[in-house]
Amino acid sequence: MKSLAAKNLKGKPLRTAVLVILSALLTFTVFGGTVIVESLDTGLASLENRLGADIMVVPYEAATQKKFEDMVLQGSTGYFYMDSSKLEMIKNTEGVKRVSPQFFLASTSSSCCSVAVQIIGFEPETDFTVTPWIKKSYGKDLEKLDVVVGNDLNAFVGDELSFYGVKCKVAAKLDKTGTGFDTAVFTTEETIKELIRSSLEKKMNDFKDIDPENSVSCIMIDVADGYTAEEVLNDINLHVKRVKAIQSAEMISGVSDSLSGVSGIIRILMTAIWVLGIVILLLAFTLSVNERRKEFAVLRVIGATRARLGRTVICEALIACLSGGAAGICLGILIILPFNDIIEQMLGLPFLLPDAVSIIKYVIIAVILSALSAVAASGTVAARISRIDTGVILRGDN
Amino acid sequence: MLLEARNVSKDFYRETKNTNRFTAVNDISINVSAGELCVLMGRSGSGKTTLLNILSGLLKPTRGSVLLDGKDLYELSDRELSLIRNRSFGVIPQGQTAIQSLKVIENILLPLKLYGKADDKDISFARELLERLDIAHLETAAPAELSGGELRRMAIARALIGKPGFIFADEPTGDLDDENTALVFSFLKERAKAGSGVFIVSHESDAKEYADRVLIMQSGKIERA
Repeated sequence: MKSLAAKNLKGKPLRTAVLVILSALLTFTVFGGTVIVESLDTGLASLENRLGADIMVVPYEAATQKKFEDMVLQGSTGYFYMDSSKLEMIKNTEGVKRVSPQFFLASTSSSCCSVAVQIIGFEPETDFTVTPWIKKSYGKDLEKLDVVVGNDLNAFVGDELSFYGVKCKVAAKLDKTGTGFDTAVFTTEETIKELIRSSLEKKMNDFKDIDPENSVSCIMIDVADGYTAEEVLNDINLHVKRVKAIQSAEMISGVSDSLSGVSGIIRILMTAIWVLGIVILLLAFTLSVNERRKEFAVLRVIGATRARLGRTVICEALIACLSGGAAGICLGILIILPFNDIIEQMLGLPFLLPDAVSIIKYVIIAVILSALSAVAASGTVAARISRIDTGVILRGDN
Repeated sequence: MLLEARNVSKDFYRETKNTNRFTAVNDISINVSAGELCVLMGRSGSGKTTLLNILSGLLKPTRGSVLLDGKDLYELSDRELSLIRNRSFGVIPQGQTAIQSLKVIENILLPLKLYGKADDKDISFARELLERLDIAHLETAAPAELSGGELRRMAIARALIGKPGFIFADEPTGDLDDENTALVFSFLKERAKAGSGVFIVSHESDAKEYADRVLIMQSGKIERA
């Protein structure tokens, strides 16, 4: 019966091609849609994990001009500075458990990159946001002029990169995060201050008069137990002048809202396409089986049981849908996996592909859904054909 | 082997002048024995095909029973009855009944493959049948390439491949010329002589020459035997 089903499909190449293409599109939609939705979720989780601080304080202009948010979420470059005295004021604010400064600089083009990259400097002694995940890729402390590069940059361990004429060595490359940090370069306070000095000397820094020793770009804050981030944030915004305290969760919630919107639309589209696909498959199987009612009657004549007729129809559907399903998954893998960077840019949201195990899980789910839709679409037709009145069909068709 | 129909009737529901019930076969009792060639004749619409379908286990009678060696066919499970149709019966239905996606030889071997495999002996027998029915050259042809008469002979070979105890043929020579009509009737007669019970529904008066018994049917009843 399996070979009869295969031969029936082979005997009608056009009908079979339509069934296979339809199943491929359905599976591609479900597999591709699931991978995209999961990648957005993974990207958001990665962003939450990477920010690591409850509150971030930046110069007021940087916050109002959305420079900082764009740097974190979009990977755009930028730099801004405020007086390091703010650090002491914030450190003494009630409810602040620990603080750590960060220093930003945007490079001009470097050997690693055709475009400018964001350079982020941190203070190793106090840092609690960058160091934990640099440690995962690089177990040691960074030496002076050592840098760690984001995953999307075309630089590798041991490479030498030149920023404003200062040669730095790539000590490690970070895992992909699906956020703007993938195109950033991380280094210590000592190194970035030297880079800032060099940019000033070469008159390539927008901030001509700043003193690197007394400037910071951003202050990361960990809120003490018993205080809410909102309380501390309000206190800072009220008492520290010309700065803006931003709650990490609030920044993420904007992303999270956009992400829920995109995910929701993808899920609705997936469901609609799937339901529509099953209806079309059902019609296709109904037409195909009605066209061959006499053939099924002949199978009864030569001794096929009712169950066997049903199994033949379902077997045909399974062969067509699983072949299409395999093609749809291959298409999904070929389009979504290699072009995930382009998808990330198009969506403008944190986007991190799930790990291999999860992708295998989605492949299995897509295959199962393919098989289920074959059974759903052909099941009623199979049930109907298994109840045919052979004698009546043989008479009626003559 | 004995196939016995006891008081079988078949009603179909359709609008007529006085009632919505039409009785195609009306209280018929007949036997078909092994080694006998029985020809059923009658005008169109007299109920011949319906009776053949009832006897061959394809159409459940509204009343009455069909017994094969004392076993009521229509009391059996679908699997048991299907197995009887596969192993003990060979049916040649009216019209074109090829499975279009299979080649001629595959169509002929299909009944054997339903419940197992066709071995070399079966393939040799299929080729022998093709030879006897003068369509050996069409072994690997697709049904779409065959004429009506060739398809008819292919259906005959398919019905005989399992060497069934009973052969039911509904107008087996409908699409055939005189020469092939004679070939088919003599071949079916040969099967009867070899021990099969053969039940033929035919319009051809030539069929009488080969028959051990001729039945005439009219308005759902057997008028003359």
